[in-house]
Amino acid sequence: MSELNLLRQTIHFEDPLPLQSGASLSHYDLVVETYGKLNAQANNAVLICHALNASHHVAGPSPDDPKDIGWWDNMVGPGKPVDTNLFFVIGVNNLGSCFGSTGPMSINLESKEPYGAHFPVVTVEDWVEAQARLADRLGIRCFAAVMGGSLGGMQAMAWATQYPERVAHCVVIASTPKLSAQNIAFNEVARNAILSDPDFHGGNYYKYGVVPKSGLRLARMVGHITYLSGDDMAEKFGRDLQRAVGASDEYKFSFDVEFAVESYLRHQGDKFSTYFDANTYLLITRALDYFDPARRFDGDLSRALAKAQAQFLVISFSTDWRFAPERSREIVKALLDNKHQVTYAEIDAPHGHDAFLLDDLRYHGIARAYFEKIYEQIETKIGST
Amino acid sequence: MGLETVPRSIPARSDFAAIADWIEPNSSLLDLGCGDGAFLEYIHRVRNTQNYGVEIADNDVLACVKKGLNVIQQDLEGGLALFADKSFDTVVLSQTLQTIHETESILSEVVRVGKQCVVSFPNFAHWSHRLAVSFGRMPVSKSLPYEWFNTPNVRVLTIADFEALAHRLGIDILGRVVLHEGQRVNWAVNLFGSLAIYRVRGA
Repeated sequence: MSELNLLRQTIHFEDPLPLQSGASLSHYDLVVETYGKLNAQANNAVLICHALNASHHVAGPSPDDPKDIGWWDNMVGPGKPVDTNLFFVIGVNNLGSCFGSTGPMSINLESKEPYGAHFPVVTVEDWVEAQARLADRLGIRCFAAVMGGSLGGMQAMAWATQYPERVAHCVVIASTPKLSAQNIAFNEVARNAILSDPDFHGGNYYKYGVVPKSGLRLARMVGHITYLSGDDMAEKFGRDLQRAVGASDEYKFSFDVEFAVESYLRHQGDKFSTYFDANTYLLITRALDYFDPARRFDGDLSRALAKAQAQFLVISFSTDWRFAPERSREIVKALLDNKHQVTYAEIDAPHGHDAFLLDDLRYHGIARAYFEKIYEQIETKIGST
Repeated sequence: MGLETVPRSIPARSDFAAIADWIEPNSSLLDLGCGDGAFLEYIHRVRNTQNYGVEIADNDVLACVKKGLNVIQQDLEGGLALFADKSFDTVVLSQTLQTIHETESILSEVVRVGKQCVVSFPNFAHWSHRLAVSFGRMPVSKSLPYEWFNTPNVRVLTIADFEALAHRLGIDILGRVVLHEGQRVNWAVNLFGSLAIYRVRGA
Protein backbone atom coordinates (compact mmCIF):
# COMPACT_ATOMS: atom_id res chain seq x y z
CA MET A 1 0.00 0.00 0.00
CA SER A 2 1.43 3.34 -0.87
CA GLU A 3 -1.70 5.41 -1.04
CA LEU A 4 -2.55 8.05 1.48
CA ASN A 5 -5.89 6.35 2.13
CA LEU A 6 -7.48 9.61 3.26
CA LEU A 7 -10.80 9.22 4.99
CA ARG A 8 -12.72 12.25 6.23
CA GLN A 9 -15.60 11.85 8.64
CA THR A 10 -17.65 13.85 11.10
CA ILE A 11 -18.12 12.08 14.39
CA HIS A 12 -20.96 13.08 16.68
CA PHE A 13 -20.67 12.89 20.47
CA GLU A 14 -23.68 12.91 22.77
CA ASP A 15 -22.00 12.63 26.17
CA PRO A 16 -21.67 16.10 27.68
CA LEU A 17 -18.08 17.33 27.77
CA PRO A 18 -17.29 19.20 30.99
CA LEU A 19 -14.85 22.05 30.32
CA GLN A 20 -12.13 23.54 32.47
CA SER A 21 -14.10 26.78 32.77
CA GLY A 22 -16.97 24.95 34.50
CA ALA A 23 -19.18 25.17 31.41
CA SER A 24 -19.95 22.10 29.37
CA LEU A 25 -20.85 21.14 25.82
CA SER A 26 -23.90 18.90 25.85
CA HIS A 27 -23.10 17.44 22.42
CA TYR A 28 -20.59 18.16 19.73
CA ASP A 29 -19.13 17.10 16.41
CA LEU A 30 -15.48 16.52 15.58
CA VAL A 31 -14.29 16.49 11.98
CA VAL A 32 -11.55 13.95 11.54
CA GLU A 33 -9.25 12.86 8.75
CA THR A 34 -7.37 9.58 8.93
CA TYR A 35 -4.56 8.33 6.75
CA GLY A 36 -3.05 4.89 6.40
CA LYS A 37 -4.43 1.88 8.21
CA LEU A 38 -4.87 0.98 11.86
CA ASN A 39 -3.12 -2.34 12.49
CA ALA A 40 -4.77 -5.28 14.22
CA GLN A 41 -3.13 -4.43 17.55
CA ALA A 42 -4.32 -0.80 17.18
CA ASN A 43 -0.89 0.39 18.32
CA ASN A 44 0.33 2.25 15.21
CA ALA A 45 -1.88 5.34 15.60
CA VAL A 46 -0.38 8.83 15.52
CA LEU A 47 -2.45 11.81 16.56
CA ILE A 48 -1.53 15.11 14.87
CA CYS A 49 -2.64 18.18 16.83
CA HIS A 50 -3.11 21.42 14.94
CA ALA A 51 -2.05 24.94 15.78
CA LEU A 52 -3.97 28.20 15.54
CA ASN A 53 -5.28 28.32 12.00
CA ALA A 54 -5.02 24.73 10.80
CA SER A 55 -7.48 21.87 10.80
CA HIS A 56 -8.10 18.15 10.47
CA HIS A 57 -6.77 18.36 6.91
CA VAL A 58 -3.16 17.36 7.58
CA ALA A 59 -2.03 15.63 4.40
CA GLY A 60 -2.80 15.12 0.75
CA PRO A 61 -5.35 16.83 -1.48
CA SER A 62 -8.67 17.63 0.15
CA PRO A 63 -11.54 15.34 -0.95
CA ASP A 64 -13.62 18.38 -1.89
CA ASP A 65 -10.86 20.54 -3.38
CA PRO A 66 -7.81 18.81 -4.86
CA LYS A 67 -5.88 22.09 -4.80
CA ASP A 68 -6.22 22.27 -1.03
CA ILE A 69 -3.18 20.34 0.21
CA GLY A 70 -2.97 19.38 3.88
CA TRP A 71 -1.11 21.77 6.19
CA TRP A 72 1.59 19.25 7.17
CA ASP A 73 1.84 17.39 3.87
CA ASN A 74 5.65 17.56 3.91
CA MET A 75 5.66 15.65 7.23
CA VAL A 76 2.80 13.18 6.87
CA GLY A 77 2.08 10.81 3.98
CA PRO A 78 3.38 7.75 2.16
CA GLY A 79 7.18 7.76 2.43
CA LYS A 80 7.16 11.00 4.45
CA PRO A 81 8.81 11.29 7.91
CA VAL A 82 5.53 10.22 9.52
CA ASP A 83 4.97 7.44 7.01
CA THR A 84 1.33 6.57 6.43
CA ASN A 85 2.44 3.24 4.98
CA LEU A 86 3.44 2.34 8.54
CA PHE A 87 1.28 4.53 10.77
CA PHE A 88 -2.42 5.24 11.08
CA VAL A 89 -2.43 9.03 11.30
CA ILE A 90 -5.31 11.07 12.66
CA GLY A 91 -5.95 14.77 12.14
CA VAL A 92 -8.77 16.30 14.17
CA ASN A 93 -10.29 19.74 14.01
CA ASN A 94 -10.50 21.06 17.56
CA LEU A 95 -13.60 22.29 19.33
CA GLY A 96 -14.11 26.01 18.81
CA SER A 97 -12.45 25.95 15.43
CA CYS A 98 -14.18 26.89 12.20
CA PHE A 99 -13.58 23.96 9.87
CA GLY A 100 -16.55 21.77 10.72
CA SER A 101 -16.10 20.72 14.33
CA THR A 102 -18.47 22.34 16.78
CA GLY A 103 -17.51 25.97 17.24
CA PRO A 104 -18.93 29.49 17.40
CA MET A 105 -20.32 29.21 13.85
CA SER A 106 -22.26 26.03 14.69
CA ILE A 107 -25.94 26.15 15.49
CA ASN A 108 -26.66 25.90 19.20
CA LEU A 109 -29.52 23.39 19.27
CA GLU A 110 -31.02 25.10 22.33
CA SER A 111 -31.23 28.62 20.87
CA LYS A 112 -31.42 27.50 17.20
CA GLU A 113 -28.86 30.22 16.45
CA PRO A 114 -25.10 30.13 15.94
CA TYR A 115 -23.25 29.99 19.27
CA GLY A 116 -21.34 33.16 18.48
CA ALA A 117 -20.23 34.83 21.71
CA HIS A 118 -21.97 32.09 23.70
CA PHE A 119 -19.53 29.41 22.69
CA PRO A 120 -17.66 28.48 25.88
CA VAL A 121 -13.97 29.29 26.26
CA VAL A 122 -12.05 26.07 25.63
CA THR A 123 -8.55 25.16 26.74
CA VAL A 124 -5.78 22.91 25.51
CA GLU A 125 -6.76 20.43 28.23
CA ASP A 126 -10.40 20.48 27.03
CA TRP A 127 -9.26 19.66 23.51
CA VAL A 128 -7.28 16.72 24.84
CA GLU A 129 -10.38 15.43 26.64
CA ALA A 130 -12.34 15.61 23.40
CA GLN A 131 -9.50 13.94 21.49
CA ALA A 132 -9.41 11.17 24.10
CA ARG A 133 -13.09 10.47 23.47
CA LEU A 134 -12.32 10.38 19.77
CA ALA A 135 -9.54 7.86 20.44
CA ASP A 136 -12.03 5.72 22.39
CA ARG A 137 -14.43 5.87 19.47
CA LEU A 138 -11.71 4.83 17.03
CA GLY A 139 -10.65 1.94 19.27
CA ILE A 140 -7.22 3.36 20.11
CA ARG A 141 -6.10 2.67 23.66
CA CYS A 142 -2.55 3.96 23.30
CA PHE A 143 -1.09 6.22 20.63
CA ALA A 144 2.26 5.33 19.12
CA ALA A 145 2.77 9.10 19.13
CA VAL A 146 0.94 12.33 19.79
CA MET A 147 2.58 15.08 17.80
CA GLY A 148 2.16 18.77 17.20
CA GLY A 149 3.89 22.04 16.43
CA SER A 150 3.37 25.28 18.36
CA LEU A 151 -0.09 25.09 19.96
CA GLY A 152 -0.21 21.50 18.68
CA GLY A 153 2.89 20.76 20.75
CA MET A 154 1.05 22.04 23.83
CA GLN A 155 -1.69 19.49 23.18
CA ALA A 156 0.91 16.73 22.85
CA MET A 157 2.41 17.76 26.22
CA ALA A 158 -1.03 17.89 27.82
CA TRP A 159 -1.76 14.39 26.51
CA ALA A 160 1.41 13.07 28.14
CA THR A 161 0.20 14.14 31.58
CA GLN A 162 -3.59 13.85 31.22
CA TYR A 163 -3.38 10.32 29.79
CA PRO A 164 0.17 9.14 30.55
CA GLU A 165 -0.64 5.51 29.79
CA ARG A 166 -2.13 6.35 26.42
CA VAL A 167 0.90 8.03 24.82
CA ALA A 168 4.01 6.04 23.91
CA HIS A 169 5.82 8.99 22.30
CA CYS A 170 5.23 12.69 22.60
CA VAL A 171 6.59 14.90 19.81
CA VAL A 172 6.68 18.59 20.70
CA ILE A 173 7.88 20.97 17.98
CA ALA A 174 8.43 24.74 18.14
CA SER A 175 6.38 24.90 21.30
CA THR A 176 6.52 26.32 24.81
CA PRO A 177 5.43 25.31 28.31
CA LYS A 178 3.63 28.66 28.60
CA LEU A 179 3.23 31.96 26.80
CA SER A 180 5.45 34.85 27.83
CA ALA A 181 4.03 38.29 28.61
CA GLN A 182 5.22 39.32 25.13
CA ASN A 183 3.35 36.41 23.51
CA ILE A 184 0.16 37.32 25.38
CA ALA A 185 0.64 40.96 24.42
CA PHE A 186 0.68 40.10 20.72
CA ASN A 187 -2.44 37.98 21.18
CA GLU A 188 -4.12 40.86 22.97
CA VAL A 189 -3.41 43.26 20.12
CA ALA A 190 -4.88 40.72 17.70
CA ARG A 191 -7.99 40.22 19.82
CA ASN A 192 -8.42 43.94 20.26
CA ALA A 193 -8.37 44.41 16.51
CA ILE A 194 -11.33 42.00 16.28
CA LEU A 195 -13.21 43.24 19.34
CA SER A 196 -13.04 46.85 18.19
CA ASP A 197 -14.26 46.14 14.66
CA PRO A 198 -17.76 47.68 14.33
CA ASP A 199 -18.88 44.56 12.49
CA PHE A 200 -18.06 42.36 15.49
CA HIS A 201 -21.41 42.96 17.22
CA GLY A 202 -20.27 41.43 20.48
CA GLY A 203 -19.44 38.18 18.68
CA ASN A 204 -22.94 37.68 17.25
CA TYR A 205 -22.16 39.08 13.81
CA TYR A 206 -23.54 36.05 11.96
CA LYS A 207 -27.12 37.19 12.33
CA TYR A 208 -26.24 40.60 10.85
CA GLY A 209 -24.82 38.94 7.75
CA VAL A 210 -21.41 40.55 8.30
CA VAL A 211 -17.99 39.47 9.54
CA PRO A 212 -15.42 41.65 11.35
CA LYS A 213 -13.17 41.35 8.40
CA SER A 214 -10.89 44.31 8.98
CA GLY A 215 -10.32 43.26 12.59
CA LEU A 216 -9.54 39.70 11.61
CA ARG A 217 -7.25 40.92 8.85
CA LEU A 218 -5.32 43.11 11.26
CA ALA A 219 -5.12 40.27 13.80
CA ARG A 220 -3.57 38.04 11.18
CA MET A 221 -1.10 40.72 10.10
CA VAL A 222 0.14 41.11 13.67
CA GLY A 223 0.26 37.36 14.18
CA HIS A 224 2.09 36.79 10.95
CA ILE A 225 4.94 39.09 11.96
CA THR A 226 5.59 36.85 14.94
CA TYR A 227 5.79 33.74 12.74
CA LEU A 228 8.71 35.04 10.68
CA SER A 229 12.23 35.90 11.75
CA GLY A 230 13.68 39.36 11.26
CA ASP A 231 16.35 37.91 8.98
CA ASP A 232 13.77 36.05 6.96
CA MET A 233 11.76 39.24 6.42
CA ALA A 234 14.92 41.15 5.56
CA GLU A 235 15.81 38.57 2.96
CA LYS A 236 12.32 38.21 1.50
CA PHE A 237 11.43 41.90 1.39
CA GLY A 238 14.23 44.08 2.67
CA ARG A 239 13.19 47.64 2.00
CA ASP A 240 12.01 46.81 -1.50
CA LEU A 241 9.35 49.14 -2.80
CA GLN A 242 6.13 47.70 -4.17
CA ARG A 243 6.27 48.89 -7.75
CA ALA A 244 5.18 47.64 -11.14
CA VAL A 245 8.02 46.69 -13.48
CA GLY A 246 9.52 49.83 -15.00
CA ALA A 247 7.65 52.16 -12.62
CA SER A 248 9.45 54.98 -10.85
CA ASP A 249 11.19 54.01 -7.62
CA GLU A 250 10.65 57.43 -6.08
CA TYR A 251 8.73 57.52 -2.78
CA LYS A 252 5.05 58.33 -3.24
CA PHE A 253 4.80 60.22 0.04
CA SER A 254 1.48 58.60 0.87
CA PHE A 255 0.05 55.93 3.15
CA ASP A 256 -0.76 53.52 0.36
CA VAL A 257 1.30 50.38 0.12
CA GLU A 258 4.86 51.59 -0.37
CA PHE A 259 7.00 48.65 0.73
CA ALA A 260 6.84 45.03 -0.42
CA VAL A 261 6.47 43.83 3.16
CA GLU A 262 3.29 45.89 3.53
CA SER A 263 1.83 44.32 0.43
CA TYR A 264 2.72 40.86 1.71
CA LEU A 265 1.11 41.41 5.12
CA ARG A 266 -2.04 42.86 3.58
CA HIS A 267 -2.26 39.90 1.25
CA GLN A 268 -1.87 37.46 4.14
CA GLY A 269 -4.49 39.36 6.14
CA ASP A 270 -6.94 39.49 3.23
CA LYS A 271 -6.58 35.81 2.47
CA PHE A 272 -7.01 34.80 6.09
CA SER A 273 -10.05 36.98 6.68
CA THR A 274 -11.94 35.22 3.89
CA TYR A 275 -11.71 31.75 5.41
CA PHE A 276 -11.22 32.11 9.15
CA ASP A 277 -13.75 32.94 11.83
CA ALA A 278 -13.12 35.85 14.18
CA ASN A 279 -14.67 34.16 17.21
CA THR A 280 -12.44 31.17 16.62
CA TYR A 281 -9.43 33.47 16.53
CA LEU A 282 -10.42 34.86 19.92
CA LEU A 283 -10.97 31.40 21.40
CA ILE A 284 -7.76 29.85 20.15
CA THR A 285 -5.53 32.75 21.13
CA ARG A 286 -7.09 32.56 24.59
CA ALA A 287 -6.41 28.83 24.76
CA LEU A 288 -2.78 29.67 24.00
CA ASP A 289 -2.70 32.30 26.77
CA TYR A 290 -4.18 29.98 29.38
CA PHE A 291 -1.89 27.02 28.74
CA ASP A 292 0.45 26.70 31.70
CA PRO A 293 0.67 23.16 33.07
CA ALA A 294 3.11 24.26 35.79
CA ARG A 295 0.58 26.67 37.25
CA ARG A 296 -1.03 24.04 39.47
CA PHE A 297 2.44 23.06 40.72
CA ASP A 298 3.64 26.45 42.00
CA GLY A 299 5.20 27.13 38.62
CA ASP A 300 7.31 23.98 38.79
CA LEU A 301 7.23 22.42 35.31
CA SER A 302 9.26 19.42 36.48
CA ARG A 303 6.49 18.47 38.89
CA ALA A 304 3.88 19.15 36.23
CA LEU A 305 5.52 16.68 33.86
CA ALA A 306 6.40 14.12 36.56
CA LYS A 307 3.65 11.67 35.72
CA ALA A 308 4.33 11.54 31.99
CA GLN A 309 5.35 8.09 30.80
CA ALA A 310 5.98 8.87 27.15
CA GLN A 311 9.33 9.17 25.46
CA PHE A 312 9.76 12.70 24.17
CA LEU A 313 11.15 14.26 21.04
CA VAL A 314 11.44 18.04 21.41
CA ILE A 315 12.49 20.19 18.46
CA SER A 316 13.06 23.95 18.29
CA PHE A 317 14.32 26.34 15.63
CA SER A 318 17.17 28.78 16.18
CA THR A 319 15.45 31.88 14.77
CA ASP A 320 12.01 31.23 16.30
CA TRP A 321 11.50 34.22 18.58
CA ARG A 322 7.81 33.52 19.18
CA PHE A 323 8.54 30.22 20.95
CA ALA A 324 12.31 30.44 21.15
CA PRO A 325 14.69 27.50 21.76
CA GLU A 326 14.95 28.63 25.42
CA ARG A 327 11.27 27.70 25.86
CA SER A 328 11.87 24.21 24.47
CA ARG A 329 14.89 23.85 26.74
CA GLU A 330 12.59 24.50 29.72
CA ILE A 331 10.55 21.50 28.61
CA VAL A 332 13.71 19.42 28.14
CA LYS A 333 15.01 20.40 31.57
CA ALA A 334 11.75 19.42 33.23
CA LEU A 335 11.86 16.05 31.46
CA LEU A 336 15.50 15.51 32.46
CA ASP A 337 14.69 16.41 36.07
CA ASN A 338 12.26 13.46 35.97
CA LYS A 339 14.70 11.21 34.08
CA HIS A 340 12.09 10.85 31.35
CA GLN A 341 13.37 9.66 28.00
CA VAL A 342 13.99 12.71 25.84
CA THR A 343 15.73 13.71 22.66
CA TYR A 344 16.12 17.37 21.82
CA ALA A 345 17.13 18.81 18.47
CA GLU A 346 17.76 22.50 17.96
CA ILE A 347 17.52 23.13 14.24
CA ASP A 348 19.53 26.00 12.82
CA ALA A 349 16.93 27.39 10.42
CA PRO A 350 16.36 30.95 9.20
CA HIS A 351 12.56 30.92 9.00
CA GLY A 352 11.47 31.75 12.54
CA HIS A 353 8.42 30.05 14.05
CA ASP A 354 7.10 29.05 10.61
CA ALA A 355 10.10 26.73 10.19
CA PHE A 356 8.13 23.89 11.73
CA LEU A 357 5.89 23.83 8.64
CA LEU A 358 8.67 24.16 6.08
CA ASP A 359 10.97 21.71 4.35
CA ASP A 360 14.28 21.27 6.13
CA LEU A 361 16.48 18.23 5.63
CA ARG A 362 17.89 18.19 9.15
CA TYR A 363 14.49 18.71 10.80
CA HIS A 364 12.73 16.14 8.68
CA GLY A 365 15.71 13.79 8.99
CA ILE A 366 15.39 13.79 12.78
CA ALA A 367 11.62 13.30 12.62
CA ARG A 368 11.98 10.47 10.10
CA ALA A 369 14.66 8.69 12.13
CA TYR A 370 12.63 9.07 15.30
CA PHE A 371 9.47 7.63 13.75
CA GLU A 372 11.46 4.75 12.28
CA LYS A 373 12.54 3.88 15.82
CA ILE A 374 8.93 4.14 17.00
CA TYR A 375 7.92 1.71 14.30
CA GLU A 376 10.71 -0.69 15.29
CA GLN A 377 9.35 -0.64 18.86
CA ILE A 378 5.84 -1.39 17.57
CA GLU A 379 7.12 -4.31 15.53
CA THR A 380 9.10 -5.64 18.50
CA LYS A 381 5.97 -5.46 20.64
CA ILE A 382 3.92 -7.27 18.03
CA GLY A 383 6.66 -9.87 17.65
CA SER A 384 6.79 -10.55 21.37
CA THR A 385 3.04 -10.96 21.93
CA MET B 1 35.18 25.58 10.13
CA GLY B 2 32.41 23.65 11.86
CA LEU B 3 33.25 20.64 13.96
CA GLU B 4 30.82 18.62 11.84
CA THR B 5 33.19 18.63 8.91
CA VAL B 6 36.00 17.01 10.87
CA PRO B 7 36.00 13.38 12.01
CA ARG B 8 36.26 13.18 15.80
CA SER B 9 39.66 12.47 17.24
CA ILE B 10 39.78 8.81 17.30
CA PRO B 11 41.47 5.80 18.38
CA ALA B 12 38.48 5.86 20.72
CA ARG B 13 37.39 2.27 21.24
CA SER B 14 40.44 1.40 23.32
CA ASP B 15 39.23 3.62 26.15
CA PHE B 16 35.67 2.26 26.26
CA ALA B 17 36.59 -0.85 28.23
CA ALA B 18 38.73 1.13 30.67
CA ILE B 19 35.81 3.48 31.35
CA ALA B 20 33.35 0.59 31.71
CA ASP B 21 35.35 -0.67 34.70
CA TRP B 22 34.21 2.42 36.62
CA ILE B 23 30.52 2.22 35.69
CA GLU B 24 28.01 0.46 37.96
CA PRO B 25 25.44 -1.77 36.23
CA ASN B 26 22.01 -0.11 35.76
CA SER B 27 23.33 3.32 36.74
CA SER B 28 22.57 6.60 34.98
CA LEU B 29 25.11 8.07 32.61
CA LEU B 30 25.49 11.33 30.71
CA ASP B 31 27.99 11.45 27.85
CA LEU B 32 29.02 15.00 26.98
CA GLY B 33 30.11 15.34 23.38
CA CYS B 34 28.72 11.89 22.65
CA GLY B 35 29.37 12.02 18.90
CA ASP B 36 27.47 9.37 17.00
CA GLY B 37 26.61 7.57 20.24
CA ALA B 38 29.11 4.71 19.86
CA PHE B 39 30.15 4.83 23.52
CA LEU B 40 26.56 5.12 24.74
CA GLU B 41 25.60 2.07 22.72
CA TYR B 42 28.60 0.16 24.04
CA ILE B 43 28.10 1.08 27.68
CA HIS B 44 24.40 0.27 27.53
CA ARG B 45 25.26 -3.15 26.16
CA VAL B 46 27.85 -3.96 28.83
CA ARG B 47 26.38 -2.12 31.85
CA ASN B 48 22.68 -1.62 31.01
CA THR B 49 23.03 2.05 31.88
CA GLN B 50 20.27 4.62 31.58
CA ASN B 51 21.85 6.87 28.98
CA TYR B 52 21.70 10.45 27.79
CA GLY B 53 24.09 12.12 25.39
CA VAL B 54 24.85 15.75 24.61
CA GLU B 55 26.06 16.65 21.15
CA ILE B 56 26.17 19.78 19.01
CA ALA B 57 26.82 18.45 15.49
CA ASP B 58 23.66 17.85 13.45
CA ASN B 59 24.92 14.68 11.75
CA ASP B 60 25.92 13.14 15.09
CA VAL B 61 22.58 14.03 16.68
CA LEU B 62 20.86 12.30 13.77
CA ALA B 63 23.13 9.26 14.17
CA CYS B 64 22.12 9.05 17.85
CA VAL B 65 18.41 9.28 17.00
CA LYS B 66 18.89 6.47 14.48
CA LYS B 67 20.36 4.38 17.28
CA GLY B 68 17.38 5.16 19.49
CA LEU B 69 19.51 7.04 22.03
CA ASN B 70 18.40 9.99 24.17
CA VAL B 71 20.40 12.89 22.83
CA ILE B 72 20.25 16.57 23.70
CA GLN B 73 21.55 18.99 21.09
CA GLN B 74 23.48 21.79 22.72
CA ASP B 75 26.84 23.49 22.80
CA LEU B 76 28.91 22.51 25.84
CA GLU B 77 30.42 25.98 25.88
CA GLY B 78 27.02 27.12 27.17
CA GLY B 79 27.39 25.08 30.38
CA LEU B 80 25.09 22.41 31.72
CA ALA B 81 22.11 24.42 32.93
CA LEU B 82 19.73 21.68 31.77
CA PHE B 83 21.17 19.24 34.30
CA ALA B 84 20.56 19.36 38.03
CA ASP B 85 23.28 18.88 40.70
CA LYS B 86 24.38 15.27 41.13
CA SER B 87 21.62 14.14 38.78
CA PHE B 88 23.77 11.46 37.11
CA ASP B 89 25.73 8.59 38.60
CA THR B 90 28.40 9.19 35.96
CA VAL B 91 29.14 12.07 33.63
CA VAL B 92 31.56 11.24 30.82
CA LEU B 93 33.63 13.84 29.00
CA SER B 94 35.46 11.64 26.54
CA GLN B 95 38.12 13.27 24.34
CA THR B 96 36.10 16.45 24.37
CA LEU B 97 37.83 18.58 27.02
CA GLN B 98 40.49 19.73 24.57
CA THR B 99 37.83 21.05 22.16
CA ILE B 100 36.18 23.38 24.69
CA HIS B 101 37.28 26.98 25.30
CA GLU B 102 35.72 27.27 28.74
CA THR B 103 37.88 24.58 30.31
CA GLU B 104 37.52 25.50 33.97
CA SER B 105 33.82 26.13 33.67
CA ILE B 106 33.06 22.82 31.95
CA LEU B 107 35.11 20.88 34.51
CA SER B 108 33.26 22.55 37.36
CA GLU B 109 29.95 21.82 35.63
CA VAL B 110 30.86 18.18 35.02
CA VAL B 111 31.61 17.53 38.69
CA ARG B 112 28.50 19.47 39.72
CA VAL B 113 26.21 17.22 37.64
CA GLY B 114 27.93 13.86 38.11
CA LYS B 115 28.33 11.89 41.32
CA GLN B 116 31.46 10.63 39.59
CA CYS B 117 32.94 11.79 36.30
CA VAL B 118 35.17 10.33 33.66
CA VAL B 119 37.37 12.75 31.76
CA SER B 120 39.63 11.65 28.95
CA PHE B 121 41.90 13.61 26.61
CA PRO B 122 44.86 13.10 24.26
CA ASN B 123 48.16 13.69 26.03
CA PHE B 124 50.13 16.33 24.16
CA ALA B 125 53.27 15.42 26.11
CA HIS B 126 53.63 11.98 24.52
CA TRP B 127 57.25 11.56 23.42
CA SER B 128 56.35 11.50 19.71
CA HIS B 129 54.64 14.88 20.05
CA ARG B 130 57.61 16.27 21.97
CA LEU B 131 59.89 15.02 19.24
CA ALA B 132 57.79 16.60 16.50
CA VAL B 133 57.87 19.95 18.26
CA SER B 134 61.63 19.64 18.87
CA PHE B 135 62.01 19.37 15.11
CA GLY B 136 59.94 22.50 14.76
CA ARG B 137 56.60 21.05 13.62
CA MET B 138 53.28 20.60 15.44
CA PRO B 139 52.61 16.91 16.02
CA VAL B 140 50.28 14.84 13.84
CA SER B 141 49.70 11.36 15.24
CA LYS B 142 47.02 8.72 15.79
CA SER B 143 45.84 10.51 18.92
CA LEU B 144 46.23 13.97 17.35
CA PRO B 145 45.22 13.29 13.76
CA TYR B 146 44.84 16.93 12.69
CA GLU B 147 47.07 19.58 11.25
CA TRP B 148 47.43 22.68 13.38
CA PHE B 149 45.21 24.62 10.94
CA ASN B 150 42.23 22.24 10.94
CA THR B 151 42.23 20.77 14.42
CA PRO B 152 39.08 21.02 16.53
CA ASN B 153 41.35 20.99 19.56
CA VAL B 154 41.51 24.45 21.09
CA ARG B 155 43.22 23.57 24.39
CA VAL B 156 46.58 21.83 24.43
CA LEU B 157 47.17 19.94 27.66
CA THR B 158 49.25 17.19 29.19
CA ILE B 159 48.72 14.68 31.97
CA ALA B 160 50.69 16.88 34.37
CA ASP B 161 48.70 19.96 33.33
CA PHE B 162 45.37 18.27 33.95
CA GLU B 163 46.35 17.07 37.39
CA ALA B 164 47.52 20.55 38.35
CA LEU B 165 44.24 22.10 37.17
CA ALA B 166 42.16 19.44 38.93
CA HIS B 167 44.00 20.23 42.14
CA ARG B 168 43.43 23.95 41.70
CA LEU B 169 39.68 23.44 41.03
CA GLY B 170 39.32 21.15 44.05
CA ILE B 171 38.52 18.13 41.91
CA ASP B 172 39.44 14.78 43.49
CA ILE B 173 41.17 12.28 41.24
CA LEU B 174 39.84 8.82 42.12
CA GLY B 175 41.53 6.82 39.40
CA ARG B 176 43.64 7.10 36.28
CA VAL B 177 44.26 4.90 33.28
CA VAL B 178 46.79 5.91 30.64
CA LEU B 179 46.80 4.20 27.25
CA HIS B 180 48.93 4.14 24.17
CA GLU B 181 47.55 2.39 21.09
CA GLY B 182 45.08 0.57 23.29
CA GLN B 183 47.70 -0.76 25.72
CA ARG B 184 47.95 0.40 29.32
CA VAL B 185 50.98 2.50 30.17
CA ASN B 186 52.18 2.19 33.76
CA TRP B 187 55.51 3.94 33.71
CA ALA B 188 56.48 7.54 32.88
CA VAL B 189 52.91 8.02 31.74
CA ASN B 190 53.31 11.66 30.69
CA LEU B 191 56.02 10.54 28.26
CA PHE B 192 54.61 7.24 26.99
CA GLY B 193 50.84 7.72 27.27
CA SER B 194 48.87 9.18 24.38
CA LEU B 195 45.41 9.00 25.95
CA ALA B 196 44.64 9.76 29.60
CA ILE B 197 41.41 8.69 31.30
CA TYR B 198 40.53 9.99 34.75
CA ARG B 199 37.85 9.12 37.22
CA VAL B 200 37.16 12.24 39.25
CA ARG B 201 34.59 13.86 41.50
CA GLY B 202 33.92 17.23 43.04
CA ALA B 203 35.43 17.71 46.45
